[in-house]
Amino acid sequence: MSLQIIVMVKQVPDTHNVSGDAMKPDGTVNRAVLPAIFNPEDLNALEEAIKIKETIGGKITAITMGPPNAVKILKECLYRGVDDVVLVSDRKFAGADTLATSYALKCAIEKVEKYDLVLCGRQAIDGDTAQVGPQIAEKLNINQLTCVSEIVEVNETDITIKRSIENGHEFLKSNMPVLLTVTNEANEPRTPSAKLAVAYKNISGKTSDESYDDEYLESGIDDPISYIKEWNVESINADPQLCGLSGSPTKVKKVQSVVLTASDVKQIQNTDEGIAELINELTEEHIIG
Amino acid sequence: MSAKNSVMVFIEQNNSKVADVSLELVSEGKKLADKLGVALDAVAIGYNLEKEVEVLGHYGCNTVFYINDERLSHFTSVPYAKTIVEIIKKHEPQIVLFGATTTGRDVAPRVASELKCGLTADCTELQIGEYKLKSKVYKNTLLQIRPAFGGNIVATIVSPESMPSMATVREGVMKMAEPDTSKEVELVSEKCGLDDSDFMTEVIEVMIEEKNVDLKSANIIVSAGMGAATPEGLELVKKLANTLGGEVGASRPVVDSGIIDRDHQVGQTGLTVRPNLYIACGISGQIQHRAGMAEAKRIIAINNDPDAPIFNIAHYGIVGDVNDIINRMIKAYKARA
Ligand SMILES: Cc1cc2nc3c(=O)[nH]c(=O)nc-3n(C[C@H](O)[C@H](O)[C@H](O)COP(=O)(O)OP(=O)(O)OC[C@H]3O[C@@H](n4cnc5c(N)ncnc54)[C@H](O)[C@@H]3O)c2cc1C
Ligand SMILES: Cc1cc2nc3c(=O)[nH]c(=O)nc-3n(C[C@H](O)[C@H](O)[C@H](O)COP(=O)(O)OP(=O)(O)OC[C@H]3O[C@@H](n4cnc5c(N)ncnc54)[C@H](O)[C@@H]3O)c2cc1C
Repeated sequence: MSLQIIVMVKQVPDTHNVSGDAMKPDGTVNRAVLPAIFNPEDLNALEEAIKIKETIGGKITAITMGPPNAVKILKECLYRGVDDVVLVSDRKFAGADTLATSYALKCAIEKVEKYDLVLCGRQAIDGDTAQVGPQIAEKLNINQLTCVSEIVEVNETDITIKRSIENGHEFLKSNMPVLLTVTNEANEPRTPSAKLAVAYKNISGKTSDESYDDEYLESGIDDPISYIKEWNVESINADPQLCGLSGSPTKVKKVQSVVLTASDVKQIQNTDEGIAELINELTEEHIIG
Repeated sequence: MSAKNSVMVFIEQNNSKVADVSLELVSEGKKLADKLGVALDAVAIGYNLEKEVEVLGHYGCNTVFYINDERLSHFTSVPYAKTIVEIIKKHEPQIVLFGATTTGRDVAPRVASELKCGLTADCTELQIGEYKLKSKVYKNTLLQIRPAFGGNIVATIVSPESMPSMATVREGVMKMAEPDTSKEVELVSEKCGLDDSDFMTEVIEVMIEEKNVDLKSANIIVSAGMGAATPEGLELVKKLANTLGGEVGASRPVVDSGIIDRDHQVGQTGLTVRPNLYIACGISGQIQHRAGMAEAKRIIAINNDPDAPIFNIAHYGIVGDVNDIINRMIKAYKARA
């Protein structure tokens, strides 16, 4: 028996490198100038999965929910040593908040059937909520360990981790199955393997559900997969009412781009007199003592 | 007495002391509750906290539902989530607030998932207002305002049909009220309905790292950015802070470069501070930094680039070399009449 590890990965706009015209004033995004990338902390989660596979063995399945072009990050997963990848894609998932997202992802995970470890990034850099991990754990009715900055020990039945908290850290242990959310403190993710990149270069998706063979999952993990699985609302047995906009209790009332408003800044001259005047003004106002 | 439709705050504790963020939320929750004309309740979970939770009354809390169990003395996800779910089901609040801390952001999503209600993450502002969706009008709805998209946008989120509406709120952004020690909180003990099998996480060890700086309660903060990240610049920043009786803050790249501890970081991924005076030395004023200091009462920006965005939120701007200017400030302070 070897560990079955599922890694949840998301494709996101690169919000940490927003340049001039990436954000429109109404808060919508100019996607043409904002590249789509692998959510950074999902790479940290993936790295932990690969490290576990290397040390005690296991099979890694990566799942993403997103538009068809999200296969790009699934290929990235294959290039880094993931065994199987799944794209969950359907117009009916659009507009989901974290509740509807975690419901759909839970249905997808259950379709993989057996899992010991579910690894998520702590937070996606677009929605920035860090809610999806704990919500998937609740829906699968399994334990969760969040903000994991180190996996201290792992074997086939339990896992011990270090969790970062505001004023220090804690060491926690849980039996499997368990869901972890991993932070960027955990590791420095590896770069893709050139050999795997060549091997999987032309891999593409296959939607037909008949091609999905349950035995496939149990078959030798050394056989490279020949296609990317594509699942939709029906194939993961999800209730469409609980997906997408209709399954989302939160609604966006308004979005605004953060634009600077020039205040009436008082220019202080960089001279002995100018600065002495400032210090005196602040003293008089009891701002400084 | 407790009543339905209240505003409820989850009380976080650190070493059996009520966390600051919870007092901030009780203060803010009280304002919301007053606007809605309902009670402000709290849920506290832990062991031997009866005395500690009395302080909640001073900040306007009416009733605290308290679950006392030795197994709950330290936070773990499943037992806390299940307990909070039971309290919410029993008392039916309309709004539930959590701190957006590692605890709050761990437990709140789990609670929201089980109750299938809306949860807005990491809010920096809360209001009561109206929401229109097609022909429907929802009055007295919680408007939850939060930065997202790496801090590049601010979204107002509502959960109009969710009972309750839940939010996590960033630490340090809500003002703590002036405590009124004459006000008392009603303590209502609740049973703990947990089985041993709910305790899925074993807490092996908790390591508290004593902070050597307390930026959150500092009245004056002198912060170093990359423009002051030279050995000389940092020395001068510390000297100015010392002279004025303040603390030293820093931007993230300065912290990342390893020359100062993470406890000093101000901003979206650091601390939110609101001192009387914030002196930004060689800080460009990127949005993620501003998120942590824009509400300082007075901001002095020192930068050699007259177009640096920090000048847009500063009250006083000084264009020039940071070392030069700090030297002048120290000199001027010492020469004060
Ligand atoms: C501006 C804005 C604000 C929002 N605010 C809220 C809000 O306050 N509350 C709310 O409920 N929704 C909110 N949403 C919706 C939310 O962003 C989406 O539901 C999103 O699909 C999931 O949330 P996240 O990006 O925050 O993910 P997070 O919860 O931050 O993601 C954590 C981890 O979960 C996994 N994961 C997340 N999404 C996927 C996926 N699609 N496929 C595979 N793995 C995944 C990844 O491992 C990821 O690292 C907001 C959206 C926007 C654009
Ligand atoms: C998700 C996310 C979270 C983040 N969180 C934070 C956070 O919590 N806190 C934070 O601070 N940042 C954070 N950042 C980083 C942030 O975007 C900026 O990169 C950072 O704040 C810039 O720091 P700085 O102003 O010190 O450096 P720079 O942007 O390099 O600015 C240096 C400034 O110094 C000036 N200067 C140079 N030499 C001199 C001199 N001799 N005299 C006077 N002025 C001089 C320059 O003109 C320039 O304006 C975050 C980023 C992301 C993407």
